[in-house]
Amino acid sequence: MDLRFTDEEIAFRDEVRAFFRENLPEDIRRKMIDGEMVSRDDLVRWTRILNEKGWAVPHWPVEYGGTGWDPMRQYIFLEELQKFPAPSPLPFGVNMVGPVIYTFGNEEQKKRYLPRIANLDDWWCQGFSEPGAGSDLASLKTRAVRKGDHYIVNGQKTWTTLAQYADWIFCLVRTDPNAKKQEGISFLLIDMKTPGIEVRPIVTIDGGREINEVFFTDVKVPVENLVGQENKGWDYAKFLLGNERTNIARVGISKQRVARIRELAAKEMSGGRPLLDDPRFREKLASIEIDLKALAITQLRVVAADAKRGNSGKPDPASSVLKIKGSEIQQATTHLLMRVMGPYAMPYQSETDEGSNEPPVGPDYAAHAAPGYFNYRKVSIYGGSNEIQKNIIAKAVLGL
Amino acid sequence: MDFDLTEEQSILKDSLDRLLADRYSFEARRGYMASAEGWSAEMWSRYAEMGLMALPFAEADGGIGGGPVETMIVMESLGRVLALEPYFPTVVIGGGFLRLGAGDELRTTLVPQIMDGSLKLAFAHTERNSRYDLTHVETVARKDGHGYVLNGAKSVVLHGDSADRIFVTARTAGAARDKKGVTLFLIDPRASGIGLHGYRNQDGQRAAELTLDNVRVGPEAVVGEADNALPLVRRVADQGIAALAAESIGVMSAMHKLTVDYLKVRKQFGVPIGAFQVLQHKAVDMFVATEQARSMAMYATMMADAEDADERARAMHAAKAEIGRAGRLVGEMAIQLHGGVGMTMEYDIGHFFKRMTMIDITFGDSDHHLRALAEAGGLTDL
Repeated sequence: MDLRFTDEEIAFRDEVRAFFRENLPEDIRRKMIDGEMVSRDDLVRWTRILNEKGWAVPHWPVEYGGTGWDPMRQYIFLEELQKFPAPSPLPFGVNMVGPVIYTFGNEEQKKRYLPRIANLDDWWCQGFSEPGAGSDLASLKTRAVRKGDHYIVNGQKTWTTLAQYADWIFCLVRTDPNAKKQEGISFLLIDMKTPGIEVRPIVTIDGGREINEVFFTDVKVPVENLVGQENKGWDYAKFLLGNERTNIARVGISKQRVARIRELAAKEMSGGRPLLDDPRFREKLASIEIDLKALAITQLRVVAADAKRGNSGKPDPASSVLKIKGSEIQQATTHLLMRVMGPYAMPYQSETDEGSNEPPVGPDYAAHAAPGYFNYRKVSIYGGSNEIQKNIIAKAVLGL
Repeated sequence: MDFDLTEEQSILKDSLDRLLADRYSFEARRGYMASAEGWSAEMWSRYAEMGLMALPFAEADGGIGGGPVETMIVMESLGRVLALEPYFPTVVIGGGFLRLGAGDELRTTLVPQIMDGSLKLAFAHTERNSRYDLTHVETVARKDGHGYVLNGAKSVVLHGDSADRIFVTARTAGAARDKKGVTLFLIDPRASGIGLHGYRNQDGQRAAELTLDNVRVGPEAVVGEADNALPLVRRVADQGIAALAAESIGVMSAMHKLTVDYLKVRKQFGVPIGAFQVLQHKAVDMFVATEQARSMAMYATMMADAEDADERARAMHAAKAEIGRAGRLVGEMAIQLHGGVGMTMEYDIGHFFKRMTMIDITFGDSDHHLRALAEAGGLTDL
């Protein structure tokens, strides 16, 4: 047992850090530190820098552009990316639909889509949830009816993150309404420019414009856009949702935020001295740090187990801890960061309000703290709520 | 980065687990606890035969040359059966003082006796007003010719009533909480002026109150540096914390397993109670807490030998705080999910809960260590 990185791993980490330092555009780094949303253009710029280096899709098989790094290096890369902080590649392409395509898609689909995902030529979004299908995802109703060379799609998707930028959407659609609910679902790739698609924004409680509703009215989708077999989409969806083990805890993001809390709490004053000197505040921060340290080690245990197993087969039972604990810690850090700002967490200052030229209030780092706290309530809801995660652990790990 | 045990370590774990599965049923343990010593002399010899006592000692001293990982393996397994024998005070703490503080002569005399099972040790440090502050020592050792005269009182000396020799801290200089001026002595409990009152702790482990009334010792009783024993005491206490963290993992995993098994067999309303979602989620909370605590126990094990005392102390504060709060959650939930039967002395789960609660108190509870970590500037090596 040895919890230290090897010399080779440390050299690799330093190489990754150096690359970020030399290549991440300063304006993007600034936004990341302030907790501001990066724009479509920012992410495209950054993804292409990574892709140029061959690092846009490290975890993919080498034949599709992956790096061939072992799971520990993949993990180090991700954590350093998050800690730097640099934007993470768009998950809907590189973590979700990409692996589904190279695992279940045909050669034509691999050639057509994968290189464009890696270079962010195509911006993908995820069409899973529906108004009536949240935690009970398999009850989805969006219909796809085969007519000759096309499916005709009708229905509605919701919570579709960044659909306003998207070129493509991957959708779970019902192709057999008479089968058992998990067995009549197919996995379709749909061009967002197809007539009959309408995107309507949903404003979240932080004032953000991340998510949308997507409506489909008689949308014609060529049959070659079906991934794998008709009515097997649920298997692909389960594969997709189970694919996230190395990133779901987002340890690097929490580490970066904890460091930020420490830095800003040393500047903010409370009772005539830095907030960081307040014993109660220090204990709160130390308590989060302990949780985070434990999570970081739990994460590494899962990565090491994955590496040993060659990333196949049953995941380590500890992996189910990652989503629950990772989201709780992310939420604890966003709350504490807001507390650091004191009264300057109060003014609503949205950079997304078009044409807003109100003078800023308070320190420049305070504006995004409360919205960040509000926004991060999502992390225990998306990707299978923490309650659903507990149902899964109870069944799969505890045998209840 | 490597979380696996070596082949030798796996063999150690398997053979110890086999022995304990054979000999340490809940019924057998009840018998050991009821005996005069309060633990099993026969198990003690078995541990010695297996080489458990020799594990941490250097090969040059006749030992096996193991490290914190070997101690972790043993403590986790002992925790899983709530073993009552004085392994922790004798091998982890006492052995730690001998390895890290004793001169060659003392070490070569005593280490073989530990290894063959004939010598049991204890550590008398806690006093009426010290709580968890290691610097707080009021017991006094006055210089007397070449030797010393000790006066004072020590409390809750783990396994003090069966120890053949006892390590005692006393002030040779300075005031109660000074960092300098503490000396570590190794005394014979049969010496004149020593009062020893043995009793059973809440968790069934033995302990004693120790009084020192003009106890005369020679200069050879001093272990380590006179007037400056605290760095050694801290270092050994940190290794003790790592060992307790490992024991906690044994205790918590056992509680979790017993509880999940119980949820599967106990029926109410015509179904196993594990079918109820509200109970499933509590069982998952126990699982999450146990895995997080396991990660921190590994961290403590890796840091137990760290030379940098401040870095090591921060790691131990973090680990002890985490196992304290996780252990409380797991223990309280285990009793709750067992319902009424969990409240009975006759049933096993409550005994695990009690041991977990006492581990939290040993060498400082989770509140103490969280505050200490906060004061020390937090965990900066995240």
